[in-house]
Amino acid sequence: MSSSVQRTIRLPGDQIVLDKNMSIEGAGVGTSLYRLNENTYVVTTVSLQDVEENEKKKIRIIPLKGRYMPKEGDIVIGIVYDVTLSSWLIDIKSPYLAVLNASDYIGKPFNPATDNIRKYLDIGDVVIAKVAQFDRTRQPLLTVQDKGLGKVISGSLVEIEPSKIGRVIGKKRSMISMLMEQTKCDFVVGVNGRVLLRCPDAELEYIAILALKKIEAEAHTAGLTERIKEFIINEKVKRGLIKYES
Amino acid sequence: MKANKPQLIIEGKRVDGRTPSDLRPIKMEVGVLRNADGSAIVEIGNTKVLAAVYGPREVVPRHEEQVDRAIIRCRYRMLSFSTMGERKSPAPSRREIELSKVIREALEPAIVSSQFPRTAIDIFVEVLNAEGGTRTAGITAASLALADAGIPMLDLVAAVAVGKVDGVIVLDLNEVEDMYGEADMPVAAMPSIGKITMIQLNGVLTPEEFKKALKLALDGINRIYNLQKEALKKKYVEIEE
Repeated sequence: MSSSVQRTIRLPGDQIVLDKNMSIEGAGVGTSLYRLNENTYVVTTVSLQDVEENEKKKIRIIPLKGRYMPKEGDIVIGIVYDVTLSSWLIDIKSPYLAVLNASDYIGKPFNPATDNIRKYLDIGDVVIAKVAQFDRTRQPLLTVQDKGLGKVISGSLVEIEPSKIGRVIGKKRSMISMLMEQTKCDFVVGVNGRVLLRCPDAELEYIAILALKKIEAEAHTAGLTERIKEFIINEKVKRGLIKYES
Repeated sequence: MKANKPQLIIEGKRVDGRTPSDLRPIKMEVGVLRNADGSAIVEIGNTKVLAAVYGPREVVPRHEEQVDRAIIRCRYRMLSFSTMGERKSPAPSRREIELSKVIREALEPAIVSSQFPRTAIDIFVEVLNAEGGTRTAGITAASLALADAGIPMLDLVAAVAVGKVDGVIVLDLNEVEDMYGEADMPVAAMPSIGKITMIQLNGVLTPEEFKKALKLALDGINRIYNLQKEALKKKYVEIEE
């Protein structure tokens, strides 16, 4: 089904000239491309370029590095950085601190005169939240009013490069479901480059962390899912969790 | 000092054996520091410069932030042990403050700062060993570090100095040539867009000499630019086996 895909590394200053039979897409369109004129683009960050040749030529640009920029609807994992009278300032690994209002967290009006905000969340606490509002002129606003969101009370947090989160999830969630199946861990992926692991035991957790770090280091290579699967099986054999199976 | 000036060009060769259009040997490496968002080390001859980039991050004195773009802050510094002879005082000198501004202004046109309003990008350039051409090496290293940090840039910036030594236009001056030469002209440019971001001239050049020198500089910049691209790519190709 998928025809030949050519993969190259593009650097700042490289130019892409489009003609009628080409289209451009991928995570880098808004951030890693600068439109010089009508149909010439300049690549602005170190990125991966996939060229897919069907009847139409498709170019996909994926940045390899860069800060996380909040987008409305993103699920992020944040750490409480500061507390105000009626809201929390949350570090989401972006250039901007995010705001989570106490009334949103509790789900009813919050009165700082009668209630202490630190009772609910304090500095250093981890929350899973959704970006409710962001337009770069003000700090991003978070909400926890949805399924699976809220304070995190158990698990371990792994930080990786935000631009490589796409690879941790994989095409049609292939990577993440393989990871879950192989390590028996529960993965919560925040698009800001934080992954929360809840694992049955310490050995499996360690393997899962190693696998995540390997994905981060090799995110730009092809056939990654298979290689990671092999890596996890090898690690499990090394630790005596399973017997070797070919 | 000018009185006992040594002969700088003997039989068409310069003091270190180069021809007028030769660069010194160059080494570059990207991602050398763990804590920085991006970093690079550049060696040009005996000049060695380390650059680190942090950000985009929150602007710490809040009033400095700009609502429409990121502010870029740069600090150029020479380490106490970077020069020969007397130890250099670690306090920022007049020269270092000026060069910080020069390097910042050479890089600013390349950075797409409008993508990160209300933030700051910090660039640190530390000269580990100085032997001529530290500002150009600093610009080259800082632009690599910016690219390594994933900060959007229209192009990499490469820089080199040209000058007139014993009446000959030469590329990439070293310390002796800079000290006793007749002119010194550092140039920085974005080669694939074809724009010059910095040009300074110290000394006297005739219009013809200036044109010749600029052409030589842009040629040198192109060579450095290709090395920069190689260094950036190397970081990713190595993992691919």
